[in-house]
Amino acid sequence: MDINAHMHFVKSTEELQTLCSSLLNSKEYNSEKVYICAGGGCIASGSMKVKDAFVSHLASNGLNEKLDIMETGCLGPCAIGPVVVIGKDDTFYQKVRAQDVKEIVEQHLIGGKVVENLLHLVDEQKVSKKSELPFFKNQDKKVLRNCGKINPTKIADYIAAGGYQALSKVLSGMTSEQVVQEVSMSGLRGRGGAGFPTGTKWSFARKSQDIEKYILCNADEGDPGAFMDRSILEGDPHSIIEGMAIGAYAIGSSVGYVYVRAEYPLAIERLQIAIDQAQEFGLIGKNILGTGFNFELEIRKGSGAFVCGEETALITSIEGNRGEPRPRPPFPAEKGLWNKPTVLNNVETFSNIPLLINQGGAVFAETGTEKSKGTKIFALAGTVKISGLVEVPVGTPLRKLVYDIGGGISTNKKYKAAQIGGPSGGCIPAEHLDVPLDYESLNKLGAIMGSGGLIVMDESSCMVDVARFFLEFVQDESCGKCVPCREGTARMKQIVDRICEGKGEMKDIDELEKLASTVTNASLCGLGQTAPNPVLSTLRHFKEEYIEHIRDKKCRTAVCKELIVFEILDACNGCQACKKVCPVEAIHGEKKQAHIINTDLCIRCGLCLSTCKFDAIVKY
Amino acid sequence: MAKVEKCSCGNDEEGLLNRLEEIIISFKEKPGALIPVLQATQSLFGYIPQEAILKISEILNEPLQKVYGVITFYSFFSLKPRGKYLIRVCLGTACYVQGANEILTALKQQLSIEIGETSPDKLFTLDVGRCFGACGLAPIIMVNDDVHQWVKPNDVKKIISSYKNKKEVKQEEAKNGY
Repeated sequence: MDINAHMHFVKSTEELQTLCSSLLNSKEYNSEKVYICAGGGCIASGSMKVKDAFVSHLASNGLNEKLDIMETGCLGPCAIGPVVVIGKDDTFYQKVRAQDVKEIVEQHLIGGKVVENLLHLVDEQKVSKKSELPFFKNQDKKVLRNCGKINPTKIADYIAAGGYQALSKVLSGMTSEQVVQEVSMSGLRGRGGAGFPTGTKWSFARKSQDIEKYILCNADEGDPGAFMDRSILEGDPHSIIEGMAIGAYAIGSSVGYVYVRAEYPLAIERLQIAIDQAQEFGLIGKNILGTGFNFELEIRKGSGAFVCGEETALITSIEGNRGEPRPRPPFPAEKGLWNKPTVLNNVETFSNIPLLINQGGAVFAETGTEKSKGTKIFALAGTVKISGLVEVPVGTPLRKLVYDIGGGISTNKKYKAAQIGGPSGGCIPAEHLDVPLDYESLNKLGAIMGSGGLIVMDESSCMVDVARFFLEFVQDESCGKCVPCREGTARMKQIVDRICEGKGEMKDIDELEKLASTVTNASLCGLGQTAPNPVLSTLRHFKEEYIEHIRDKKCRTAVCKELIVFEILDACNGCQACKKVCPVEAIHGEKKQAHIINTDLCIRCGLCLSTCKFDAIVKY
Repeated sequence: MAKVEKCSCGNDEEGLLNRLEEIIISFKEKPGALIPVLQATQSLFGYIPQEAILKISEILNEPLQKVYGVITFYSFFSLKPRGKYLIRVCLGTACYVQGANEILTALKQQLSIEIGETSPDKLFTLDVGRCFGACGLAPIIMVNDDVHQWVKPNDVKKIISSYKNKKEVKQEEAKNGY
C-alpha cells in the first residue's frame, strides 16, 4: 500500500483512528529497519555520512526494498556516536564510521553475524543488544518514548506511534476543566527548574474570563550543560505541539508561541517542519478534527540572551523588546503576553502532557516520589564514560545515574562532585551520591533539580574555580535591570577572583556569604535570586578548598593559574625544546644539561609542559 | 560603513537594503515584529548596518533608540561586520571543565585576535558561546553551523587552516567560472 495514499487532511477523530490503523498495517511500518541516530551529537560525529553509506550499500546488495533506514532523534549516548541500531535483533553499534557500513551490511544484515568490533564494552565484555546495555537497561524512557524510534521529520511516524491520540481524546470527550483536573491529579511539576505544579498554573489561566489568552513554550534552554529540550525538539517535536494544543484547549487559548534559542538551528528547523505538517494534516489550525477548536502555533527565535529563559523576560522578548524581566505579581497567568493571561511551560513539561492524558493522571502519578511524579530527563555530561541524554523516574539516586547508566568516571581519577541545575544550582559531593534526584532532596543539599543539566566532575576540577565560572556566567548574562544582581554578582566575582589569585583573606568568606544573601533576597527575577547558589553550595561542601586558596595560597588541582608552580625534574635531558617555546624566557640551562624555571618570570602558560617529550616537567 | 562595489546580482548593499525593505513590510503586521526583522537583517548582511536601522525604525514606526537598545541587548546582533566564519568557543560548564579555556587561548594566539574581533583578512571572527547543547562531545567549538568536537588546543591550527583552504577552493572555482 502506498503510504502517501494515507496522507491527507484529518477531518475528525474517527479519521485519525483510521489513519493510524492503516499506517500500522502498511508495508512501511512492518518492514525491517536500521535506525541511525540523527540527533545533533551524532550528526556532528558524522552520522549523515554513515546514512549515505547505508543507502548505497543496501542498494548495491539489493536490500533497499526489504530494509528501511530510519533517521531518528537522539538515542542518548552522544559520547559514543554515531550510533546505529539494527531493528531485527536490537544490535547496538557504536562509533560507526562510513567505512564500517559495508561490513555491517554484508556480514550482519546478509550473513547474520554481528560485527564484534563495533559493539560496546561493558566490564571488558562485548554486549550486542541495546536492551541489555546498562545505559539503556537502567532508564525508563517515557517522555523520550519516540526519540530514537521515529523520524522526527515525518508526522506519519508520530501518528503511527499513537501521536495526536491524546489531543483527539481531549477534544472529543473532555471539558477544559476535566483536562486541568487530570493534569493536577498527575502531580506533574514544571520541568524548567522551579517545579511549580502544572495543573495549578493551568487552572489559574483557565479561570480568567479574558477571551484572548496565550500559551507559550519555553525552549530557551540556556543552562550550560543542559540539552534535554534540544533533544526533544530535534527528536520528537510533535509531542510538544500536541502538548501545547492540549494546554491551549484547557486554558481557552487559540494562539501559542514556541520561543527557541537561536543556538539550536537544527531544533528550529525540525520544529518548523513539524508545525507545517501538523497544519497540513489539520491537527493544528482552524476547526481541529472537526471539533471547532482552533489553535495557531508560531516559532519565535531567541537572540542569544540567557535571561530570556526567565518567564517574564521571555514574554517581554516576544513582544519585541529588550528581554528584561518584570516584577511578579502580576503573574503571567493573570497578565502575561500583551498583558493577557498566559501559560508558559517548558518543552519537557509539554512533552509529558500527551502521555499523561493517554494513560490518565492516576497512572502517571504511579511513577516518581510522593511529592514529585513522573520521570525526569537529565543531560549527563562531564567526566562520565557515557555522556548523553537519559530519562529516569524522579527520585532515582544520583549514584545510579553516574555509575550504572553513565558507566562511572571516564578518567583514572575519583568522583568529586556533580553540578546540577546550572548557574542556579549547586554541587553534590561524593558523600551525598545516594541523594534521590527529586525537588525536595536536592534543595536540602543546596542544589536544585533545575532543568536537568548534570555535569560530573572528577578530582581535577577546582571547586573555587567552578564557583568563579558560574559567577562569570551570571555576571555576563545579568540583564542589568536591577542593582542587586548587576552589582552584587560583580562584587562576588571580584572576591572569588581574588581568592583564585591567592590574594584572598579569611574575611572574604563571610563577605561572600553576606553578599549572597543580599543578591538572593533583593534581585528582581530568578536569575539573580539563584545566582549565588553555586558559590553557596561550593562553600558548604568544599569550604576547605576555599581555605587552602586563602591561607596556603594553594590550589590542590592546579587549575588556578596564579597558584600553580611549574618545575623541571632531574629527568630533563637538556633538549632545549621548552626553553625555545617559553614566551617570556623564564627557562634557563645549557644544552644537554638539566634546565630550571625562574618562577618569578614564569607566566604559567603551560607551553613548556605540553612541549616536553620526556615527562620532565610537572605542575602542582 | 564599508563601501560595497555595485554589481548586478542584487547582492550589493543597495540591493540588500531593497530586499530588507520587502522583509520589513512583510513582518509589519505581526505583533512583536522588531526582533524577527532584526534577525532577518543580521542574516542578510552578516551584521546590522546603520542604514538598516534607519529603515527598520521608519517602517515599523519604532523609535531609533528602542531599535538600538534591542540590538545591543542581544548577543546575536552585531553592529560591526563579522568575518566569513564565526568561530564560537563553547564556555558552557561541560566544555569548561574539559579545558575550553585552553582552546580559546590557542585560538587567540593562532588568529592574533581577541574575543569579538575579526581577523585582518576578514575570514574569522572570534566569539564565545554559552553552551550549544552538545555537552556529550565536550569540549566543542562551532564554526558557523559546523560543530567540532573533542577539540584539543593542538587541533586549533588544523581547524583554522581547513577553513582557510575552503576559501582558496572557492576562489579557484570562481576563476574557473563555476
